[in-house]
Amino acid sequence: MTSITKKVMAVAAGAAVIVGLAVAPASATPKAGLKIAIIPKAINNGYFTAWNKGAQKACKEIKATCKYIGPTQATGPAQVAFINQAIQQGYNAIVLSAADQNALAPTLKKAKAKGICVVTSDADVADPKTRTAAVLPASSDRIGAAEVDWIAQEVGSKGKIAILSAAATAANQNAWIEAMKKQLAAKYPNMSLAGVYYGDDDATKSAQQFNQILTEHPDIAGIISPTTVGILAAAQEKKSKGAKVAITGLGLPSQMKDYVLDGTINKFGLWNPIDLGYVGTYGAAECASGNLKQATGAKLKAGGKTYTEGPNGVIYLGDPFTFTKGNIVTFAKIY
Amino acid sequence: MRSGGFRLGWDKGIILLLVLLIVFGGMSDNLFLSGDNINFIIGDVSEVMLIAFAMALLIIVKEIDLSVASNLTLSSAVIGITWHGTNSMWLAVIAGLLTGSTCGLINGLLVTRLGLSSLAVTIGTLALYRGLCYVLLGDTPVADYPTEWTDLGYQPIPGTFLPWVVVPMVVAGLAFWYVLHGTRLGRWLFAIGQGDEAAVFSGIPLKRVKLSLFVLTGFMCGLAGLAYTIRFASSSPDGALGFELLVIAAVLFGGVAIAGGVGTIWGVVAAVLIWGFSRSYLQLAGWDANALVIVSGLLLLVSVAVPRVLSKIRDAAAHRTSRPSSRGGVTPPPGGEAEPLSPAVAGHDQGSHRG
Repeated sequence: MTSITKKVMAVAAGAAVIVGLAVAPASATPKAGLKIAIIPKAINNGYFTAWNKGAQKACKEIKATCKYIGPTQATGPAQVAFINQAIQQGYNAIVLSAADQNALAPTLKKAKAKGICVVTSDADVADPKTRTAAVLPASSDRIGAAEVDWIAQEVGSKGKIAILSAAATAANQNAWIEAMKKQLAAKYPNMSLAGVYYGDDDATKSAQQFNQILTEHPDIAGIISPTTVGILAAAQEKKSKGAKVAITGLGLPSQMKDYVLDGTINKFGLWNPIDLGYVGTYGAAECASGNLKQATGAKLKAGGKTYTEGPNGVIYLGDPFTFTKGNIVTFAKIY
Repeated sequence: MRSGGFRLGWDKGIILLLVLLIVFGGMSDNLFLSGDNINFIIGDVSEVMLIAFAMALLIIVKEIDLSVASNLTLSSAVIGITWHGTNSMWLAVIAGLLTGSTCGLINGLLVTRLGLSSLAVTIGTLALYRGLCYVLLGDTPVADYPTEWTDLGYQPIPGTFLPWVVVPMVVAGLAFWYVLHGTRLGRWLFAIGQGDEAAVFSGIPLKRVKLSLFVLTGFMCGLAGLAYTIRFASSSPDGALGFELLVIAAVLFGGVAIAGGVGTIWGVVAAVLIWGFSRSYLQLAGWDANALVIVSGLLLLVSVAVPRVLSKIRDAAAHRTSRPSSRGGVTPPPGGEAEPLSPAVAGHDQGSHRG
């Protein structure tokens, strides 16, 4: 009996320590005057310019000195020189969108050895031990579920829908499609999935597959295309054929703007690079202030919202960002 | 015969430039010459330097190899799949070096046996070798190399600040320097560069020499591929993109004449180091990547233009002081020593369109 009590007490004490670690930091704020390097995959890229906008906003709020540095070519080896620059110049933290999952590992180990906090944002590295946390768009489940919710709103939660995906082997898309099936089964009893079609992220093939869907299922109510190439091809075909089918999915605002403004598409989504840069910078600052460690359940506060670390230090922003007539013009200018 | 103050020679001139850069840089930025930064710079230039040694020899004999970056990446890819297949890094290293050498041999055979232009052949193999990288690796890079090996990529040699890659760089540098400037083979290379026919008549086995140089270049690509694999702890099919241009730019900047027959190893070493040190200096000084691209372009233009301008001035001076027939100081001294001809002068005999 005593041994059981001891075990229980030990577990309780352990849990208390973990909870303590996870909870205490959330109340603290980042130190002022930190030096933070914001390193994109490549400069001269609208997506990363937007990403940096979010990062700079966070820097202002936390009174950090931030510098946006990066290569012209989006490769890992080209990024290494800029990580080295941040190491040499004694930056406290780095916010990084990794252009290569593996090639940065040796340099990141060096940064870690110098006590520099690295938080990846937008694109992560393969080895979670080489950085403290990763701020990523959304989990596969949320992305898939959100797309089903969008199409359900378009078709009144009933009827047949199809998916126009990228390659049959694309890991991201396949994970999202699984999530879509789950969401359909769980929330929309009157909707059914007619089939998954693959356009291989090729504009011509995606257009052919779009027409294939209409031929095979004349009563199709909606199509989800979880890829920027597919949704663009679908929008173009719908417009030129005057097809009566609702379309949604993941697309780039700049490419989809005209189709949203003319009503071909009402709603689609993608992640917002501004938010990724913003939360990533908060993560880096909290880490450099000693408030953020890699621990499941650890909290990160940024701009009034609180995010929670999952396994391996991964923080998801939540649902993908939705674009409609109301905001498309603004975002089309950004990416 | 030396004819006036301009005969400093491009190669010695850029060594001076390197020294000035290091002194000036060290005085104006105290991070620039920190052991840690020098460690980074040496690693950063290592692959380009290793290949540039061999490329210098090729260009001296009026050949070129544009497939070096693809060859580097293919060697790295073979290191990756051999490591996966055998679980032995030593076998993987050997396979990588063999791959590099074989790719060089293929280039060399096509050039020397079929008499094709090395420019055309290696544009073809540039695409071919890169394509093979994608066939071997697909879209999944090899990244599970043992830490004992990948640690060599970023940890300094114990007791120093130097990276491990400095060992092959120094060994290769000394070997290439000795061969080019201290052996009969080296004199042959300059002789070939100054004229194929004359070289053949004087009994030089032209084709064999050129073939060996292509194999040697391939071997150095294999070695650079090993360095690249270890430094980035991975083999990926899109590695080292555009490196061939960096290598050729460094070799030309180092005073090797694109028209052949002229060049030194110390010039190439200085050129590669100037490239690495100046980039690091400008980066630490806060220049952004776009400016760095512009600066490296300007450096290359200067390296091509300045010797040309100097030789024009020299020619003009020679015209004023002597008979028009004598182009002072151009005749190589006995023994075929590397007289620092400018590329422009070396190319002068090749056709009026150059003048």
